[in-house]
Amino acid sequence: MSSTITQPRLGPLGTARWFWRQLTSMRTALFLLLLLAVAAIPGSIIPQTGIDAGRVAMYKTNHPSLAPWLDRLGFFNVFVSPWFAAIYILLIISLIGCVIPRIRIHLRTLRAPVPRTPKNLSRLPAYVERSVDEPADVVLDRARQVLKRKRYRVREDAAVEGRARSIAAEAGRMRETGNLIFHSCLIWVVLAVAAGHLWGWRGDAIVPVGTPLVNGQYDTLNAGPLVDTSKFSPWLLRLNSLDVSFEDKVAPTSPQYGQPRHFTAYTTVQDGNGKPQRKVISVNHSLSIGGNSVYLLGNGYAPMITVRDAKGDVLYQQETPFLSQDNNYKSTGAVKVSSLPSSQQMGFFGFFLPTAAFSDTLGPVSTFPAPKDPALVLGMYVGNLFPGNEPQSVYTLDTSAMKQVQGTGAQSKQPLRLMLKPGQTVKLPGGRGSITFNSVQRWAGLSTRHDPGKLPALYGALLGLIGLIMSMTLRRRRVFVKVTADPQDPARSLVSVGGLAKGEDPRLEVAIDGLALAVAGDDSTHVQLRTQAGART
Amino acid sequence: MKFDFSNDHIDTGIATLSSHFLWASALVLTLAMMSFALDLAGAPYRAARLEARRSATTQTQATADGDVLVDTAVATDVAPEKRPWGGRGITLSWLGTLLLIVAVVTRTIAVGRPPLGNMYEFSMVGCMFAMVFFLAWSLKSDIRWLGVFITGPIVLFEMLAAVIYYTAASSLMPSLQSYWLSIHVTVATLSVALSTLAFSLTLAYFVQNWRDERGEAGRERLKWMDALPSAASLDRTTYGVLIVAFPMWTFTLIAGAIWAQEAWGHYWNWDPKEVWTLVIWVVYAAYLHARATAGWSGKKAAYIALAGFVAILINYGIVNVYFVGQHSYSGL
Repeated sequence: MSSTITQPRLGPLGTARWFWRQLTSMRTALFLLLLLAVAAIPGSIIPQTGIDAGRVAMYKTNHPSLAPWLDRLGFFNVFVSPWFAAIYILLIISLIGCVIPRIRIHLRTLRAPVPRTPKNLSRLPAYVERSVDEPADVVLDRARQVLKRKRYRVREDAAVEGRARSIAAEAGRMRETGNLIFHSCLIWVVLAVAAGHLWGWRGDAIVPVGTPLVNGQYDTLNAGPLVDTSKFSPWLLRLNSLDVSFEDKVAPTSPQYGQPRHFTAYTTVQDGNGKPQRKVISVNHSLSIGGNSVYLLGNGYAPMITVRDAKGDVLYQQETPFLSQDNNYKSTGAVKVSSLPSSQQMGFFGFFLPTAAFSDTLGPVSTFPAPKDPALVLGMYVGNLFPGNEPQSVYTLDTSAMKQVQGTGAQSKQPLRLMLKPGQTVKLPGGRGSITFNSVQRWAGLSTRHDPGKLPALYGALLGLIGLIMSMTLRRRRVFVKVTADPQDPARSLVSVGGLAKGEDPRLEVAIDGLALAVAGDDSTHVQLRTQAGART
Repeated sequence: MKFDFSNDHIDTGIATLSSHFLWASALVLTLAMMSFALDLAGAPYRAARLEARRSATTQTQATADGDVLVDTAVATDVAPEKRPWGGRGITLSWLGTLLLIVAVVTRTIAVGRPPLGNMYEFSMVGCMFAMVFFLAWSLKSDIRWLGVFITGPIVLFEMLAAVIYYTAASSLMPSLQSYWLSIHVTVATLSVALSTLAFSLTLAYFVQNWRDERGEAGRERLKWMDALPSAASLDRTTYGVLIVAFPMWTFTLIAGAIWAQEAWGHYWNWDPKEVWTLVIWVVYAAYLHARATAGWSGKKAAYIALAGFVAILINYGIVNVYFVGQHSYSGL
């Protein structure tokens, strides 16, 4: 036997066709689906830059040898990594390649007539015979009614001499319609999500109570590549007050103690030149304005801090937002007194504690998120606040060109630690003036979103769900009813019902039995039953 | 009763009553499970006795009728034995489910909102749905064989809820204060309950299939499994349950996205819980495709269904508790 098999050579076109067939086969779709599931998992385990950059930074410090490799392989950005994209893009192509030919075939099926009744019904997977005490015409009429009531499409050919009269019927073509709607909607949803990425944007801002937010002026703005950032709709929002409450009606040992209960922002908004209106924003209740939606996504404390020089002139006075670090709102922030010569600039960095306490191991901590006993704990630096004039975070100090100020008297060997309660003023060492903690204010983390893809995605998803339910519940069946007059007694007739289904249909026999019973009429007494289940399976 | 999602008034007395009912339900369902187990254990003996009685009847008939061989129709007239332990199992299941329903209702009264705010609460509600499905199905067909495979996992989940997931009755955090809680979480819990049912069926399928693959020798092993349907029938039933669960899970995904849009400003945030919900959806989609693919139906498809349920368990037991994300309200 020769070991070489001569195969027909595939030309470039043939190879392309072969590749296309492979890609659009069910087996490949199945493989890609499972691969997509597996590939998504690292994104849920390893912190993701797009979700929480802070945790990624922490992970990198904790895993110095592993992190660079994960970084190179895109594990900190799984959902935008090329390998993840490759899987879903292949899946979408495979889906399109599968759906389009099926739509063509299905359109043809929808136009095609119901096929003729086959000669031998008893060969069908489900088959029942019954004898009825009624003439053939009556039974045939009833069969027609029953089938129409069950929403079958019916075909009746003109009676031919010598042949039994029959009705051919078909139901459930909507199963494939539903299936195709579902798969087409999946493609539609992916397109809508992509549109949202291209034309959508989000702007985040930390807004202290009393200050306005102007659309377009955000702390951070993430805009899609096709967004025209010069054309934001001109609206303005002023945060009048922020109502925040935490659980304090349970024992302090309960895990529920200190859990957030209500976040509500009371605002005044003005759209363009319209009248100012009072609006409330809370979690789960966003504000719609000028085609954008504004969400309340975070909150924290912005202590009012004043720094004066030795003469008592104000150098710095503002609500300074601190970012919360834990569930009890231990918050970090910085005060940058930049209105001084660059070598004499002052920076304060430290904690705001809504309910201050001191732990031997952790130092200053907060024991409850509400301001029951607020305190500021700050360290002080002197020097150039902005070396190299590079952009920096407002919540931290760049101390590379600054010197930490040491304590005085007994604490002269240690860095200076300023501890302030609301209303307190502390003199700064070296005749640098004083710092005052005036009062506790709150800030709201507001996020403005614009996503033109969200409604198309929603409608696509809902229509897809309807298609899915159609394709799961409907059954594609063909049923044939043949009625023969009893040659001995024209008042009697013999009914045979045969049926076949496309694909799996465990209830076909039951359905055919029920149909035969209905066609024979419920009052038929002398019935003869012969089922030939699974004759062809 | 009007639900107030931001309700602050908690009745701890009724909440304690509720947890007592949960314990009572777990106890009664344990007894139900033992009854079902006794019923299955008796299956080989019942079959043997039926065979013996059948041949005895045939013999007496044959003697009475002289040389006429009695046809099998007479033999089938031998009524199958009553299954007292199966009946007790069903009765105890009704009682245990009733106690569980009372536990859920009292918890609802205690917190003044749908009891879907933490893992303890949705474990309880999920168990209730699974038991209600099982009992409703048992009214239609004889599924006493399934009893032990349902009450077993349910008792396990009830105990897990009562011991590990227990959370004192409390108000909801702001992000959960939405009517979407009742819609999204209820449908998710229903779908998980159905998937649990499908999981039990898949396990039974694997055992039945294992016996079939070993031929005659296999059928001699675990003879009580004869009381269960054939591997092919179990496979079909699993499929039947999952085609109901899958659209429900799809709805969970969509409702979750709508709620995420309302609460967090975007319908999809790649939060670990969202990722795992998608993973579960994709795995079950793969299962449905596998059944339609030549060479993948049967055991391979069943493995995918199993993987789907493992993903559900991870999503529920691990992602909720250990993964950092926006869905952190296990209450633990």
